[in-house]
Amino acid sequence: MKPKIQDIKSQRIQHVEMRDIVKRFPGVLANSKVSFDVRAGEIHALLGENGAGKSTLMRQLYGLYQPDEGEIVIDGKPYVFRSPADAIRAGIGMIHQHFMLVPTLTVTQNVALGLRSSREPLLDLDKVTRRIQGLSEAYGLKVDPHAFVWQLSVGEQQRVEIMKALYRGASLIILDEPTAVLTPQEVKDLFATLRRMVQEGHSLVFISHKLHEVMDISDRVTVLRDGKVIGTRPTHKVTRGELVKMMVGRELKEPEPRSLKPGPAALKIEGLKTVGDRGTEALHGIYLEIHSGEILGLAGVSGNGQRELAECLAGMRKATAGRIAIGESDITTFTLNQRIDSGMAYIPEERMRDGAIREFSVEENIYLHDHSFAPYTHGIFLDFSQMASHAIDLVNEYALKTPSLDTPLKNLSGGNIQKLIMARELSRHPKALIAAQPTRGVDIGATEYIHQRLLAQREAGTAILLISEDLDEIRTLSDRIAIIYEGRIVGVVQRGQATIEQIGLMMAGVSMKEAMHG
Amino acid sequence: MKDVISLGVLGGILTSMIRLATPFLYAAIGETFAQTSGVVNLGVDGIMLLSAYGAFYVALNTGNLWLALLTAAAIGLLMGLLMSFISVTLKAEQGISGIGLYMFGLGMSSLLFKITIGTVKTIDGFQPVRIPLLGDIPGIGPILFDHSLPVYGAFLLVPIAWWVLDKTTLGLKIKSVGQNPAAADSLGINVDRIRYFSVCLGAVLAGLAGASLSTALVDLFQDNLTAGQGFIAVALVYFGGWNPWGVMGGAFLFSIVNSIQLWMQVIGVKIPSDVAVMLPYLLTIAALMITVNRVRQPAALNKPFERGES
Ligand SMILES: Nc1ncnc2c1ncn2[C@@H]1O[C@H](COP(=O)(O)OP(=O)(O)OP(=O)(O)O)[C@@H](O)[C@H]1O
Ligand SMILES: [Mg+2]
Repeated sequence: MKPKIQDIKSQRIQHVEMRDIVKRFPGVLANSKVSFDVRAGEIHALLGENGAGKSTLMRQLYGLYQPDEGEIVIDGKPYVFRSPADAIRAGIGMIHQHFMLVPTLTVTQNVALGLRSSREPLLDLDKVTRRIQGLSEAYGLKVDPHAFVWQLSVGEQQRVEIMKALYRGASLIILDEPTAVLTPQEVKDLFATLRRMVQEGHSLVFISHKLHEVMDISDRVTVLRDGKVIGTRPTHKVTRGELVKMMVGRELKEPEPRSLKPGPAALKIEGLKTVGDRGTEALHGIYLEIHSGEILGLAGVSGNGQRELAECLAGMRKATAGRIAIGESDITTFTLNQRIDSGMAYIPEERMRDGAIREFSVEENIYLHDHSFAPYTHGIFLDFSQMASHAIDLVNEYALKTPSLDTPLKNLSGGNIQKLIMARELSRHPKALIAAQPTRGVDIGATEYIHQRLLAQREAGTAILLISEDLDEIRTLSDRIAIIYEGRIVGVVQRGQATIEQIGLMMAGVSMKEAMHG
Repeated sequence: MKDVISLGVLGGILTSMIRLATPFLYAAIGETFAQTSGVVNLGVDGIMLLSAYGAFYVALNTGNLWLALLTAAAIGLLMGLLMSFISVTLKAEQGISGIGLYMFGLGMSSLLFKITIGTVKTIDGFQPVRIPLLGDIPGIGPILFDHSLPVYGAFLLVPIAWWVLDKTTLGLKIKSVGQNPAAADSLGINVDRIRYFSVCLGAVLAGLAGASLSTALVDLFQDNLTAGQGFIAVALVYFGGWNPWGVMGGAFLFSIVNSIQLWMQVIGVKIPSDVAVMLPYLLTIAALMITVNRVRQPAALNKPFERGES
């Protein structure tokens, strides 16, 4: 079943060029005279801050948008892609930032979707299954053709996406932030597959915010900023520092080590239990105490109860046992609103689902909760001028990039949406803050900014629970680190007390005693 | 009571159940296609009415029942095109445009009826065709195999619809467009075209549903002939969990209660006839409450698709 590599290789696209691409959206110049090219057997990384125009550029190569100016040239011939169907026919595939799978269908059905069958009009799923198995072997891409997509983990779903592209004979495959949602082990597996693909003559475009990944996997790097190309370099001839400078236009400041005596316990969690989405117990009695002026980092592999804990604290999930208190007041049975009034702030993991309303404007999202209180009200009426001026202040203070206050939130880039939610939550001067994955999918400039804000909030005396799967983030910001495993806290260590390896061991369920001394 | 529930009565109830289920099957299977692709068409009843009128008018004036069916299908197709243009191309709120379509069909059929026919007349509709051999099986033979052609057609439609949805590339496209149009689009499937096709197919079947009523079941036309059957058909799609077999189960349930209700009126069971007529509808609501299946519901139901919103 293994395809004869030599034959296929010569049919593959040798060189794709995008020349002087210009793409405008209302109020935004997303790509401004961008030139970009990829060769067979190469991984070309695309770097840039949120909203730099990376996804937009690639969506044009995949026929989802049409360029306003410029041309796409494949092996010397100009092409116009009116739809993804055209791009697929030309040998281009794309793995999107948000997966494009039909959860109610099986892997095989998802792969077969839209393809001509050999038994038209009937499906030929058995044949598709066999070819999937062949490709799966050839590329080291583990997928179960008969599983339903809703049953798959994120990493497995991504493999299905890659399978879809390979199955369609894609020569050039675009991967838009493929690692943002993966665990470190899954990233390793993905990279192995990518290397395999390059050997077989594919060309790859790799988008990521993580510099070490780009340094590790790519052959060349192109940096975009504000829709323009800042430069293209061979990866081995450039340093991380240089790339940062190209992306952000300045050098980044590492957060400084700090000293501050934590105050009294501000957020107390005692014996908290709750039930997860599947109906089984997700937290088996969590005990934590976070002091004012302290950041407690919660480390753990995703799916060990972090999300349930955050939702429980924010009031979006019912606790089945235990107690939550802010200062002296017990808030266990409080509604969401009452919690906010008692000084709780929440930066949710699913920011588009739980933290903001896509269709609402920037301004409306800013006073989403506070609109019914002074100073935004006159009796029963809203005071729009007050709201607008508050919104402008926040937009300026947090350097939010938005065409206007009336722009619908969905048109902002991920990093900017996150900044907006931060701005809104922090402007209430909370006593306790739950920050769940605050920098996931956010570029390094905005990450630095969010980190600084969290530290400033700590100085201001807020008790902060920082939930993150990024161990570096946890280690730079936290005063203490708690490790969660299968719904229990396995250990709490002081800043600098444990090595990455020791924390990693505890994340895998090894007890604190063993991890620290064994 | 003993001799009332005799075998003969039971046979009668079942035979009438199968007849009564016919328009529901056409309409609800059609609506299954539309909804599986992500479009709720609430105008089914309007399409049924106008097509029932059209078919009846043609049959009355030409005596050609096949031409009558063709007319009904054509009316369905036109109304389906209108519905898809409004809800797919213009991306209007589907519930509202469906209600609009219903009002149009209701008013137009009534107006045309008054102008062109005026009083209630009857025609010689489709006659029962007894299938040789099968129709002679004692007991179930006459119940199942002594019906008019449109009735057989309705029951053939169920396995065909299941086969199309489950076994063909077209069916896979329809499902994907209703579950995740962005994914389908990214694979080069023309989302709008698939939705047009599904809505129009559904509307043609709704047209046949109307025709089966006026040319095979009651052989007449009058104002608001359907009495809301198109809406029940929409409910049956939810009840059946977007699966043709489930839809058929729902149609049976509704029709058997209906035919029992008719029989009770015939033998003079002492309940007000209005209450009796209400029974199947009440049952439908009750059944819907128990069986709503959010998991199987097409995730993009009622949502217009626009590229680039991820
Ligand atoms: N469909 C759209 N309508 C209007 N504006 C858009 C649309 N898509 C993108 N934009 C804007 O175009 C700019 C570039 O966005 P793009 O998604 O390409 O950025 P990106 O580099 O991929 O960012 P990220 O790292 O956050 O994914 C942004 O300012 C964004 O707000
Ligand atoms: Mg992007």
